[in-house]
Amino acid sequence: MNMDWTPGQAAGNDEVVIAHGGGGEQTRRLIAEHVLPKLGNALLAPLMDSAVLTVAAGRIAFTTDSFVVQPLVFPGGDIGRLAVCGTVNDLAVMGAVPQALSLALVLEEGLPFRMLDQVVDSIAAAAREAGVVVATGDTKVIERHRGDGMIITTAGIGVMREGMELSPRRIEPGDRVIVTGRIADHGLAVMSAREGLAFETELLSDVAPLGGLVEAICRAGADLKFMRDPTRGGLAGVVADLADDTGLSIELDEAAIPLSRAARHTAELLGLDPLSIANEGKVVAVAPAADADRLIDACRSHPLGREAAVIGRFTEAQPALVELITRSGGRRVVQRPYGEELPRIC
Amino acid sequence: MVQNKTEILIKQIEETAGQLGDVQLMEICGTHTVSLFRTGVKSLLPANVHLISGPGCPVCVTSQGYIDEACELAGRPGMTICTYGDMVRVPGRVGSLEHLRARGAQVVVVYSPRDAVRYAASHPDREVVFLGVGFETTAPATAAAVLEAQREGLKNFSVLTAHKLVMPAMLAMLATGEMRVNGFLCPGHVSIVTGSEVYRPIVQVYARPCVVAGFEPEQLLRGILQLLRQLTQGRAEVENVYGVAVTPDGNPSAQRILEQVFEPADAVWRAMGTIPLSGLELRAAWSDFDARRRFGVIFGKDYDPPGCRCGEVIQGKTQPIECPLFARTCTPATPVGPCMVSSEGTCAAWYKYGRSGTDRAMFHNAGGSRR
Repeated sequence: MNMDWTPGQAAGNDEVVIAHGGGGEQTRRLIAEHVLPKLGNALLAPLMDSAVLTVAAGRIAFTTDSFVVQPLVFPGGDIGRLAVCGTVNDLAVMGAVPQALSLALVLEEGLPFRMLDQVVDSIAAAAREAGVVVATGDTKVIERHRGDGMIITTAGIGVMREGMELSPRRIEPGDRVIVTGRIADHGLAVMSAREGLAFETELLSDVAPLGGLVEAICRAGADLKFMRDPTRGGLAGVVADLADDTGLSIELDEAAIPLSRAARHTAELLGLDPLSIANEGKVVAVAPAADADRLIDACRSHPLGREAAVIGRFTEAQPALVELITRSGGRRVVQRPYGEELPRIC
Repeated sequence: MVQNKTEILIKQIEETAGQLGDVQLMEICGTHTVSLFRTGVKSLLPANVHLISGPGCPVCVTSQGYIDEACELAGRPGMTICTYGDMVRVPGRVGSLEHLRARGAQVVVVYSPRDAVRYAASHPDREVVFLGVGFETTAPATAAAVLEAQREGLKNFSVLTAHKLVMPAMLAMLATGEMRVNGFLCPGHVSIVTGSEVYRPIVQVYARPCVVAGFEPEQLLRGILQLLRQLTQGRAEVENVYGVAVTPDGNPSAQRILEQVFEPADAVWRAMGTIPLSGLELRAAWSDFDARRRFGVIFGKDYDPPGCRCGEVIQGKTQPIECPLFARTCTPATPVGPCMVSSEGTCAAWYKYGRSGTDRAMFHNAGGSRR
């Protein structure tokens, strides 16, 4: 599963060279041979300076994200799939229907074409799965040692659904917090493949486009108040933000939070809190208690939401904090993690 | 089922603690500290049972001089520092390893010293120095790495040692006669290596009960209950509720490899000064792998950052909330001392998990500086 390439190892004509980023014949060939056959569509194919899209009148959601994951390929996914899903999911959880993406590839000199091909294939597959087109793009090449193989930036637009009003300001005491499935798999799977930390695990990244699941959630007929995908910072980051933004406290029930045995044990081994570990295929949603069951049923009707669960509720306790009721019945505070979570010593 | 066992234990703890006045129990293991908070066990204890975190966080007990030494090495050309993640954010006099890395130093986070050996093997043009910190739990892995480096004939791997031994520090604290601690919750991981009998002098000389426990809520509660029972019965014995992992004599192969590679030496503990024979240094036969000898670094003087009370915190003399910097100028994002840096540090645990989930006062005190 692990990538069998490190910067500076490829040789011959099978690798990206600086000239591929020069904007000349080599750039044209790179795109013609390695990008267009996989991603080609009516919008991208003309290779004009901008793509021109026709979208429904109304509100447009617009977002961007950069992807620098190491290693480029990890259990359950790769940087290409991540770059599509990350941006598509940011649109979806805003209540938008994702439409089109831009794709900027920053390639490091020496990157083998087979790695590039693998990633572009993966981008194409993920875009198909998500129902979006890659409408415009750019390619640059940087000198060896200035990037870890490849950096991808995607931006995306989506059309906002009518009648959706997602805002933490609408959240009230008693509202429920829902998560659509097992947490922490992505972060742990990537860590398991990282140089210097490599360990055997059955865990796979949950990276997936969430448009379909969000569609199911939006059609549940619930008074949906908030959605976010708990990526970096994990579930802890999202609920900490919610407590800050609403001025309300949140009580989470540890026993209700979906977490695989493997993830729980791996996190324990590394000294990490599963609540703080990144996910790439989950939604955290908030709705009134009366709508919670309806929402859970809707999630479970979708393959990506089979393990959806109500994990907590908002309360009026002050100051606003997130508290976790632990499996043993104790209580502790949940906070936004500081920067990168680091494995502990022993 | 688990819930029931926990509930029964808590009830028993309440009944036993009811026969006692204020009780101070010390855990001497960073993983215990974190588990007590993370599992919420701390919030379940009766008000008169106080858990104090002792010098059990490997990063926290590491002297400031060592951090400066590591930073000095990291700044030299051609040098790669391999370290456990917790170490990279500890501030030294000239910034942390994290800052040095941002300025171009090569600092690589590894999960095991063997990864550092592998890194050295695949980067023959670099001098790779592993920061050997931690107690009896991590020291055998460092010893194994040194043996592996020697077997493979690596000339570019060395260790900057600051390994420490738990028992000499406990005895040194007790010898001051100022310790208010009534009993010790002894570390599960360390005891796997040393065996539970190592705590015998504490019960014999200082008449403080010692109970070895694991890290699950039930283990923690059982350990605390046994300590309280000993206190009500006026006993001071070594007990082990973690029998699945810990034996009286410990792990002989881990002890052998420690003995083979290291020898006990005086060691500087943060704010506790030099404790005789409380550290491990490489034996003369392995001096080629000793970064200190190889690069001529001099162990800097130990000091506490101004205002920082980590030194008192790790000895259980001060609670984090009593430190004027806690949650004000010292937070996980801007740590002043190591107890806020390490995920196993007492201050970090207090800050992250709350002194107790229901204690909102702490967060009131912290005020607007928390964001």
